Amino acid sequence: MIHELPELPYALNELEPSISQKTLEFHYGKHHQAYVTNLNNLIKGTAFEKAGLEEIVRHSEGGIFNNGAQVYNHTFYFMALSPNGGGEPKGALANAITETFGSFAAFKEEFSKAGATLFGSGWVWLVADSHNKLRIMKKNNAGNPITDGMTPILTMDVWEHAYYLDTQNARPKYIENFWNLVNWKVIEERYDEL
Amino acid sequence: MAFELPKLPYAYDALEPHIDTRTMEIHHSKHHAGYTNNLNAAIAGTDIEEQSIENILANISKQAVAVRNNGGGFFNHDLFWQVMSPKGGGKPSGSLLAAIEKDFGSFDSFKEEFSKAAATRFGSGWAWLVKQSNGKLVVSSTPNQDNPLMDLAEVKGTPILGLDVWEHAYYLKFQNKRPDYISEFWNVINWEEVAKRFQD
Ligand SMILES: [Fe+2]
Ligand SMILES: [Fe+2]
Repeated sequence: MIHELPELPYALNELEPSISQKTLEFHYGKHHQAYVTNLNNLIKGTAFEKAGLEEIVRHSEGGIFNNGAQVYNHTFYFMALSPNGGGEPKGALANAITETFGSFAAFKEEFSKAGATLFGSGWVWLVADSHNKLRIMKKNNAGNPITDGMTPILTMDVWEHAYYLDTQNARPKYIENFWNLVNWKVIEERYDEL
Repeated sequence: MAFELPKLPYAYDALEPHIDTRTMEIHHSKHHAGYTNNLNAAIAGTDIEEQSIENILANISKQAVAVRNNGGGFFNHDLFWQVMSPKGGGKPSGSLLAAIEKDFGSFDSFKEEFSKAAATRFGSGWAWLVKQSNGKLVVSSTPNQDNPLMDLAEVKGTPILGLDVWEHAYYLKFQNKRPDYISEFWNVINWEEVAKRFQD
């Protein structure tokens, strides 16, 4: 199948001031787009030519994995941000977070710390294991928790390109801003579908 | 003995227009300083506290990951600043040029191979020109802050030229265009310094 850059449910200037328009122009318009283009080129004539994105993440390696997982990861990240985001989750997800981490504040702290301490490029994930138990995972580069048998629920990009134009070396500042944008409605739906 | 952030051998604006002032300043005063401080914290009170950085890296597989990441970051950036110069660029000469021509066919094919290693390193890392123990020159690349001095490196040897391809090294000026940054690097390479490291 031909993979496509998803349309975002917000304009590129709407995440200001937490994430600048310039950052999104590059992050979405250049990086995300390049992963889509590279993936479509790489799968031509391979066993993955007709595969869905999740199958590619699950079974490919090398360049196809890197680009396929980066398409998946960026879509998963961008689609769960919103100019009206922030605050705290409700319902079943809120209960599960409290049960696993003690409180929403404790979850937020642990997730933020994972983001701040991931060395190099990568992603921080909130995932559910096969018993629907929540946990936080760090994955390097294009890493995606599907390959560990986990179901992803929330992700945060900590490649430097995600924040360098806005906060430079201060990754923790980007992480703080990230919480203003999380669209908990989308995250709750992902959790409810488990 | 704590490691100290080495001073840059030139001013922050000296590599303009190839590498911009703001990038140099943040790269040195924030990133390199961060690796230096974190390395000192990681080795404080341990039995490697008094060792040279080269010694620490040579046995890095026995150390905590914080020593690997920050010791690599400390060493790599120091090398990086020194192999660049406002008077850099051009080609090497003498025995270094002869060795490059012998091992890569020509300076241009070396340049192509090194640039490709830098462009295709996925995520964060470094491209290297490495002198192996048998004297042969090879190009390699390492992830994150690993380097060829580390006992766990795939290609081991003495790095004589290194290029930082973490996004922080070029994002303010070049954003997603890493190949443009790599092209600019060739204008600032301090071949005298690389030759010195080749002969040592
Ligand atoms: Fe990204
Ligand atoms: Fe760097």
